[in-house]
Amino acid sequence: MKADAACLFILWKDGSKSNGRGQKAITASTTPVTENRQFGSKMTDSKYFTTTKKGEIFELKAELNSDKKEKKKEAVKKVIASMTVGKDVSALFPDVVNCMQTDNLELKKLVYLYLMNYAKSQPDMAIMAVNTFVKDCEDPNPLIRALAVRTMGCIRVDKITEYLCEPLRKCLKDEDPYVRKTAAVCVAKLHDINAQLVEDQGFLDTLKDLISDSNPMVVANAVAALSEIAESHPNSNLLDLNPQTINKLLTALNECTEWGQIFILDCLANYTPRDDRESQSICERVTPRLSHANSAVVLSAVKVLMKFMEMLPKDLDYYGTLLKKLAPPLVTLLSAEPELQYVALRNINLIVQRRPEILKHEMKVFFVKYNDPIYVKLEKLDIMIRLASQANIAQVLAELKEYATEVDVDFVRKAVRAIGRCAIKVEQSAERCVSTLLDLIQTKVNYVVQEAIVVIKDIFRKYPNKYESVIATLCENLDSLDEPEARAAMIWIVGEYAERIDNADELLESFLEGFHDESTQVQLQLLTAIVKLFLKKPTETQELVQQVLSLATQDSDNPDLRDRGYIYWRLLSTDPVAAKEVVLAEKPLISEETDLIEPTLLEELICHIGTLASVYHKPPSAFVEGSRGVQHKRLPGSTGSGESVESPDTGSAAGVSEAPPAVIPSQGDLLGDLLNLDLTPTTTGPPPPPASSGMQLGAMDLLGGGLDSLMGDESEPLGGDLGGGPAIGTGFGAPPATMPASFNVPVSGGLDDLFDLGGGVGMAMGAFNPPKTVWLPAMKAKGLEISGTFVRRAGVIQMEMTLTNKAMSVMTDFAIQFNRNSFGLAPAGPLQVLSPLSPNQSIEAVLPLSTVGPVMKMEPLNNLQVAVKNNIDVFYFSCQYPISMLFAEDGKMDRQVFLATWKDIPNDNESQFQIKDCHLNSDAASNKLQGSNIFTIAKRTVEGQDMLYQSMKLTNGIWVLAELRVQAGNPNYTISLKCRAPEVSQCVFQNYETVLKN
Amino acid sequence: MIHSLFLINASGDIFLEKHWKSVVSRSVCDYFFEAQERATEPENVPPVIPTPHHYLISVLRHRIYFVAVIQSEVPPLFVIEFLHRVVDTFQDYFGVCTEAAIKDNVVVVYELLEEMLDNGFPLATESNILKELIKPPTILRTMVNTITGSTNVGEQLPTGQLSVVPWRRTGVKYTNNEAYFDVVEEIDAIIDKSGSTITAEIQGVIDACVKLTGMPDLTLSFMNPRLLDDVSFHPCVRFKRWEAERILSFIPPDGNFRLLSYHVSSQNLVAIPVYIKHNITFREGSSQGRFDLTLGPKQTMGKAVESVLVSSQLPRGVLNANLNPTQGTYTFDPVTKAGRTPAEVGSRSAGSDAPPARLAHTAREVERLKVNRLDMYGEKYKPFKGIKYMTKAGKFQRDDLVCITGVSTLTYETVTLEPSSIITFTSAGPN
Repeated sequence: MKADAACLFILWKDGSKSNGRGQKAITASTTPVTENRQFGSKMTDSKYFTTTKKGEIFELKAELNSDKKEKKKEAVKKVIASMTVGKDVSALFPDVVNCMQTDNLELKKLVYLYLMNYAKSQPDMAIMAVNTFVKDCEDPNPLIRALAVRTMGCIRVDKITEYLCEPLRKCLKDEDPYVRKTAAVCVAKLHDINAQLVEDQGFLDTLKDLISDSNPMVVANAVAALSEIAESHPNSNLLDLNPQTINKLLTALNECTEWGQIFILDCLANYTPRDDRESQSICERVTPRLSHANSAVVLSAVKVLMKFMEMLPKDLDYYGTLLKKLAPPLVTLLSAEPELQYVALRNINLIVQRRPEILKHEMKVFFVKYNDPIYVKLEKLDIMIRLASQANIAQVLAELKEYATEVDVDFVRKAVRAIGRCAIKVEQSAERCVSTLLDLIQTKVNYVVQEAIVVIKDIFRKYPNKYESVIATLCENLDSLDEPEARAAMIWIVGEYAERIDNADELLESFLEGFHDESTQVQLQLLTAIVKLFLKKPTETQELVQQVLSLATQDSDNPDLRDRGYIYWRLLSTDPVAAKEVVLAEKPLISEETDLIEPTLLEELICHIGTLASVYHKPPSAFVEGSRGVQHKRLPGSTGSGESVESPDTGSAAGVSEAPPAVIPSQGDLLGDLLNLDLTPTTTGPPPPPASSGMQLGAMDLLGGGLDSLMGDESEPLGGDLGGGPAIGTGFGAPPATMPASFNVPVSGGLDDLFDLGGGVGMAMGAFNPPKTVWLPAMKAKGLEISGTFVRRAGVIQMEMTLTNKAMSVMTDFAIQFNRNSFGLAPAGPLQVLSPLSPNQSIEAVLPLSTVGPVMKMEPLNNLQVAVKNNIDVFYFSCQYPISMLFAEDGKMDRQVFLATWKDIPNDNESQFQIKDCHLNSDAASNKLQGSNIFTIAKRTVEGQDMLYQSMKLTNGIWVLAELRVQAGNPNYTISLKCRAPEVSQCVFQNYETVLKN
Repeated sequence: MIHSLFLINASGDIFLEKHWKSVVSRSVCDYFFEAQERATEPENVPPVIPTPHHYLISVLRHRIYFVAVIQSEVPPLFVIEFLHRVVDTFQDYFGVCTEAAIKDNVVVVYELLEEMLDNGFPLATESNILKELIKPPTILRTMVNTITGSTNVGEQLPTGQLSVVPWRRTGVKYTNNEAYFDVVEEIDAIIDKSGSTITAEIQGVIDACVKLTGMPDLTLSFMNPRLLDDVSFHPCVRFKRWEAERILSFIPPDGNFRLLSYHVSSQNLVAIPVYIKHNITFREGSSQGRFDLTLGPKQTMGKAVESVLVSSQLPRGVLNANLNPTQGTYTFDPVTKAGRTPAEVGSRSAGSDAPPARLAHTAREVERLKVNRLDMYGEKYKPFKGIKYMTKAGKFQRDDLVCITGVSTLTYETVTLEPSSIITFTSAGPN
């Protein structure tokens, strides 16, 4: 039998396509399997797979040890052939390895293949091959050296790798670039097998040196290898880019292979230029890559340009030139194969969001061709809408209308939706869009009608009271709606325009019949719509509203539905006028583009153009395995809205402003704690009491009362007259009883009053309150940004927060919870965020805190780990509170007690600190400190040096005693702290410093 | 980098797999099969599919899916480009890239894949280097190999890998030194109901076949280089010189290669030389309908439009068509009708469905790229030079296609459209 060159990892299967597919376990590199029955022709490779005779191992052994070269070669081929059909020929290992020392290239390759296959299963024997590798690595022929080093890396055996370090080191410094380039990749291979070894041997440094190699291919491979290694070492700073290396990379860029160019461009994209001039010069040198035939090179170049462009001043001529240069290559990508088009389109989607000006004149290239694959069509549609403007809307609409009559359901749906989005985006086109949608509804194609109704609802929300004439047409199609979204949209429309639809009650009643079979979405919508209807036409619909309220509150298992039902019920029963104001309030218009990517995410994705992240429009950390701790990339020098507002530096050493807001990693125990805790969304209030029949009657009465008021003259203040029996009135009307009165701190104006009251208690100066700092950046919390601070007011510790919604969607259902902490801080009431937080809106929230929560020592002591929940997710962050929050108002110690205590506390517990650069005199300092409940008990002056003796008491009963020495003219104070729990000293000192310097 | 490659045929069998790092179980392809089942058409399988531990990036060519498995963040375009390169290489080696051809040459396929990637990094993707490493199979060589036991593996290591012009091997020798360039342009257009052009663009390429001895250095200049504002070059082209002088200067690869491709998108430049009108009606309650199609030349300034080919995709419900063309011939292909789910069609087949039409023609009124001269430096001999211009069948698409419910195709062929001639096709329908 004649064996040909080895085909090593051969496997295939001709199994039945439905059952057998993929189920067979394969261990390809060790025992290749093949079936030879597919091979009919004798001329094909099938001849290598014919079964060999038994006992052949011995024959082969003899042949392998033959003196004749030809015979040896033949024998090795036979061995390889046996190997590929899955025969165990490992017994021949020593004999085959002996053949390795040959100058015949083919034979050498075959032996290498054999080695790669069996080394893993025969590690002990594989060591025998090491010598040959070492020898081959010194062969005069560079190609042999390269082949040896390349094969070496493929032997994934730990034992061997250490022997290969020396040859690899030599090859990395080889005089021939081809060898160096192969060796660079080998380092990456080795790192994959044994990362520690590579680091210990200093190969990483050698690899870094190769970036400065004279040969461009070597540079490219070194960059590629480093990038791959860096992926598993996110913080290793392997690719340390500086202007010199950048220059080398740019030089290599012009001369290396297309694949090398991709690696280098991707690496360049990680660099942040020092200034706009450097940025421009890099852009200039990268621009020629836009004309490369390889689309991956083009897209990587686009990435670099998009990123560095941020740094260029907009009025620069070059900036305009660059914008113009970016369009043609992007258009060209769309004439490539569909798979390339898809990736390109996903990236173009990002680019047009960031810089719509680049492609604004290229709308037509995104028109769908009928033979585009569906995934390309859908992406093109998306981009068409993004590029739609007043100038081209007519054309776009004409196209969209055609698409809406296509055959692919997904595509048609998206096209219909796109028409609605055009209406919302380009106001001038709204009318045409609506009439187009009506035309489409006339086709009576079920899914087109449903989709059209969903988008018409959105159009109503954008242009209220403008297109209501179409409602009649919509109502005609009521019966054909079977999808929840369409049903919900239709119900919303009926509820919203109930006063103009004569038979609105009949329509809604018809939906009510199968209430429990509807999806939650429809149920909620139906509840709201009927309440709206009731408020608009109270007389005829009383029965209907009672029916829906009881359906929602009593017969439903869905907590959302029940809660909403109770809220309406209570609203209607306590104050129908208020109910009217709430339910029928003017709604905010929906924003122009609801589907834009959040700016912070967009910025990050722009930095990742051409990667999987850009295809999925998710940050890389969100989905790529093994990328823990991936650095979030930001665009340089941008002043976009995504930039989190840095708090002004307070210049203090206090933890609050110093410590960056660290997001707590989701630890198991913390999560466990949180799971046990009740994160009740505040909007729903305390759980309603079980509806007893008596109460229900009362509620009916209330509704009756409310009805009167609604029907009566609305200008009269009727609120006071409302309410049935007083018992029920309190039951429904009282503020949530679960909140202790002491914590019922007025949120707004009342605060000042409290202050005035407390003013008499010797508060010469207000307590120092650190300014708000960003605790939770929007990027880490899906658009929710929280900044806040802690204050102590009238003995109550409060957490003051500003919640900002930087996402595109409304946030609701806020709740907060703390992890156990050093002083048992815990929220004393729910987080009061009553109204939903719209995009770009901020809300102030004050959370009263108690100190009776569970205690666990934290590091640092004043660290607090917080979980905030909203309708989107749960987010964790940690912040540090100034310890002065915990200083009680009754912290003034009696002089005698002070003296005794001071003596009593062992000297070991005393710690001394210096406060530098403080220009207050001792009285001012004393006053200032008193504001933070640090009380001066005595003052002594010795040789021009004021000694202040002070005491403070922590909420948990720990006393801290202090001696503050102030020398006139000397800005440096000395402070000695004595405390039975010396751990707090550091915190107290920091607090002193903060208070005194502010 | 690229971890593994699976080749999957149209019926969903993995018929070849290759791993460059550790072995990835082929069960990973189950995710691909799921996507394949969801897709209505083979070409609708999304190119990037996420799985819990890997990403599958696939291309479909010659009815074979080439599915690459990657584990870390790798530019998807890099993978797709590489996969296309693999297909091109197979085609180059075996003439066709079919399942049968791959199976017949499985040893060469593995050798190629082994040489093209090293640990997932591209190693040698240039055809001339590969051909030095692994000789393409020919009938003769296969015969010889069978008899003598020699192999396709080159005895020499490729010298090109060491050179600064990796795309060209050294020591090339020809007795007849020839260089041919084909300038091929293709027009893609979408035309609306009224016959006016919505969008039209020209995709152009210059394909070269250079068989020159030694290391020739060529320069190619154009009469109208301004047409080339959106252009992609083969790596051999010196970009700086092009930027400065608008001259293509390059050391060509040996044999066939694509020198450049370009794209002209301005609508004004492209005029479609024919017009087409069509109408299709179905009679209520009848199983018959009527289909009219009128085709004529426009603005040809007396020149004839040659080899006009119109293909229409008829609604799915059409079982047969009898047409009376005034000129030329037609064929009806009922086979390609298959593939759509009937549910989507039922509700609308009564509407006024009209077919799209694809046109191919060879006449144009557009200024085309013209080569000025070709010079050779670095070698002493005088080569034979040839340049050919072609306009190929573009994709013309009528955009008023209310719905493409079926894909049965009607094809009409006519030899020449004289400036005055108008051709109509009328079906023998009831109207």
